[in-house]
Amino acid sequence: MTPGLNKSFRELKTYQSDEYRLLPMRFLFLDADRYIITNLAGGHRVIKRHQLDDLVNHRLAAHSILYDDLKGDHFLADGDSDVYGELLAAKYRTRHAHLPDFTALHLFVVTLRCDHSCQYCQVSRVSEDRPAYDMTQETADCAIGLMFRSPSPYIKVEFQGGEPLLNFDLIRYIVEEVNRRNDGRHVQFVITSNLSSLTDDMLDFCAQNAIFFSTSLDGPAALHDHNRPRPNRNSHALTVNAIQRIRDRLGDDSVSALMTSTAESLTQPEAIVDEYVRLGFRSIFLRYISPYGFAAKTATHIGYETEQFIAFFKRGLQHIIKLNSLGTNIQEVYTRLLLQRILTPHVTNYVDLQSPPGIGISVLVYNYDGDVYASDEGRMLAEMGDKRFRLGTVHNTHRELFLNSDVLPTVFETMLEGLPECCDCALLPFCGSDPVFHYRTQGSTAGHRPTSAFCKRNMELMRHLIRLLEDDHEAASILRSWI
Amino acid sequence: MFEAIDAEPFIARIGERGSTHCAKEAFVVREDEVAPPKEFKCVLRLGKPRPGEIGIPKDLEYLCVGDILRVNGPAREIRVLYRRHSPHNILFFTERCNSRCLMCSQPPRAVEDGYLVEEILETIPLMSPETQELCITGGEPTLAGENFLEVIEATKQWLPQTSLHVLSNGRLFSIDFARQIAAIGHPDLMFGIPLYSDVASKHDFTVQAKGAFDQTIRGIMNLERCGLRVELRCVIHKQTVERLPQTARYIARNLPFVNHVALMGLEMMGFTKTNIDALWIDPADYQSQLCAAVRILTQSRIMVMIYNHQLCVLDRALWPFARKSISDWKNIYMSECDECASRNQCGGFFASAAVRHSRGIRALKNVRGDNTDLGSSIGA
Repeated sequence: MTPGLNKSFRELKTYQSDEYRLLPMRFLFLDADRYIITNLAGGHRVIKRHQLDDLVNHRLAAHSILYDDLKGDHFLADGDSDVYGELLAAKYRTRHAHLPDFTALHLFVVTLRCDHSCQYCQVSRVSEDRPAYDMTQETADCAIGLMFRSPSPYIKVEFQGGEPLLNFDLIRYIVEEVNRRNDGRHVQFVITSNLSSLTDDMLDFCAQNAIFFSTSLDGPAALHDHNRPRPNRNSHALTVNAIQRIRDRLGDDSVSALMTSTAESLTQPEAIVDEYVRLGFRSIFLRYISPYGFAAKTATHIGYETEQFIAFFKRGLQHIIKLNSLGTNIQEVYTRLLLQRILTPHVTNYVDLQSPPGIGISVLVYNYDGDVYASDEGRMLAEMGDKRFRLGTVHNTHRELFLNSDVLPTVFETMLEGLPECCDCALLPFCGSDPVFHYRTQGSTAGHRPTSAFCKRNMELMRHLIRLLEDDHEAASILRSWI
Repeated sequence: MFEAIDAEPFIARIGERGSTHCAKEAFVVREDEVAPPKEFKCVLRLGKPRPGEIGIPKDLEYLCVGDILRVNGPAREIRVLYRRHSPHNILFFTERCNSRCLMCSQPPRAVEDGYLVEEILETIPLMSPETQELCITGGEPTLAGENFLEVIEATKQWLPQTSLHVLSNGRLFSIDFARQIAAIGHPDLMFGIPLYSDVASKHDFTVQAKGAFDQTIRGIMNLERCGLRVELRCVIHKQTVERLPQTARYIARNLPFVNHVALMGLEMMGFTKTNIDALWIDPADYQSQLCAAVRILTQSRIMVMIYNHQLCVLDRALWPFARKSISDWKNIYMSECDECASRNQCGGFFASAAVRHSRGIRALKNVRGDNTDLGSSIGA
């Protein structure tokens, strides 16, 4: 009975039905007596063990608050509505809305030469004076042709190396060619560089063509210079100076920085974050080290266990949240990516957190020598002698690259929805497949979940974020403001 | 002398001396003014009519050139259909409705009133092309079917500068109907559609129609598929307030494409009075739910507007979301408001609020730094 309701109106119970059925869902132990449950479209809730028990055994009290919450979130359905199927389908489509666009990110390795000799370098570099390691104009022409075969309306051209500024003439050529041949795409250019060779002429060209920079900054000077040796041990000073010149010429948001964590980094996440804040950055990416290139060869020296990285990441994030609560505006990039996947219905384009995996279908790499790879890591692996992720060369047609190589079978075979353990994991809607990493570390593109560092790291980081969202009101409110 | 006085009811715009369309226009004169030349279709006199004129009540003194009237000479009845200078003109389609909402301010009646749409089609060409906004309402305007399309078409043709706001329960927007609407290509069209809960049965109960939730959700999705803009509207009362945050969450997850969400206070009219004790909750008692809903929507980058709430009752953080939304002819202020420093920023009350309003109504003092920009921190 609804007190005060005029008798000509029908009661709520006439619109309700008491039998419910479960909608597809996955669940995962969170901690103590709590479980994470997720539905098909990535909606999630944290509930108690006994509530999960009641839910799956059809003992949930009809129309209780929990019942209504789970119903509104599409974990269960009863007789009053059947529109949930269309909504789940629409949400599922939305989360995969990037797939029909195909490859958006195109990496041009314009040279393999570099002036640094970083211990973790992920591509075997050579000294500065070997033009044999530069991409030619002819190769670039073919690569641009392949790039425009992608149907994506958004194209991101990223110049990689070695140190790409050492072959700036080719960058200039590619930018002008891409602009000339552009058939109506939104094209964005980024140069990934250590900035040590940046000249004012280059800045002028970048200003004219709205080119962004992404650089490496590992933290305070001592750490950065330790990780990134240069003849005068002045890498940090050069980088900081160049960042300022770029900002002065191109604007504050035209340069971002990436850090790579080594064993030396692990003890000082706060100092690294503080250095980013001091230099005026509004975001930092606390990145783990990839098992490729020199990083693999020197693994025993600089390597560290996944658990140590997780501890480092949590400490760094805690410090960032504290800084935010004190009014400093800085975000952690990986956290933001995960939160977008956990909290919003929208699509995210980060190549390493996708299923189907992003190899080839989200990113293509045109190597200096004309080879085409399905990912940057695939290219690094090739520099170590294993060309498993080579699709062909720039002289192949777009069709040949995809249909005559084994990239598409690899994509199909490594979708999380079909991988052992992943297919039952509640974190699947937020996670991604990384066949190159698993091939490198475990010898199979599918990988072995219980011993996968990728799995361990992502599961723990996601659990950590979900706990923060549930338990720490202040942190949750800061984290939610990032998305 | 004026044939119109005994003619069938007709629709006429109020003209001015020298008008080139005077044969089709009405002319309004004050009680002691002389009548205009005889070219006008009819003369309406405020107060006592002279021979051949139609007398109209003195409270229609506000009538202006460009306003549009329905004149029923034999019955001595005048209806004002359109006011040239009002920002709140409505096109009242029908009294019929396929829902029966607990709080309907305009209770539906099963009458044959198809003539209303005919009148609207006749009225639109007479309206000023400078009209800023027109609101299509009822009843449920989409019950007019083909005629609904015709009215949208006519507004596009005659009033291309005018925003058109359709208030509909959204239940009848099949994909075909939505495609037909979209095909008209109206340049500035918005559908205001109510959603009262994330739980179907609670929405269905609120609108007293089984299956209405599913129909409305499908209707919204069909409009979206055709590129038509949707505003979601939720009236807050005792039956909807408890799940207001969850409803916001549902919108953010399932309908994130909506143009904005309007959270509205009760209007003490129609069925609201009939069901007052089942519906009334003092807005002072639901500020936490309202804050939570606004926070969820804002964090999801969905624009929120709060209608029909007085600033003195709203949490300070909600002020930036409050809009002055009440149509001029229904808008009042209480005696407390005379002393209030924020009166000019405040939307005030529906005239019907005399029946019941929040215990929190009070005059606000001018706090240093007070302005409407404050409190935007809720989205951060």
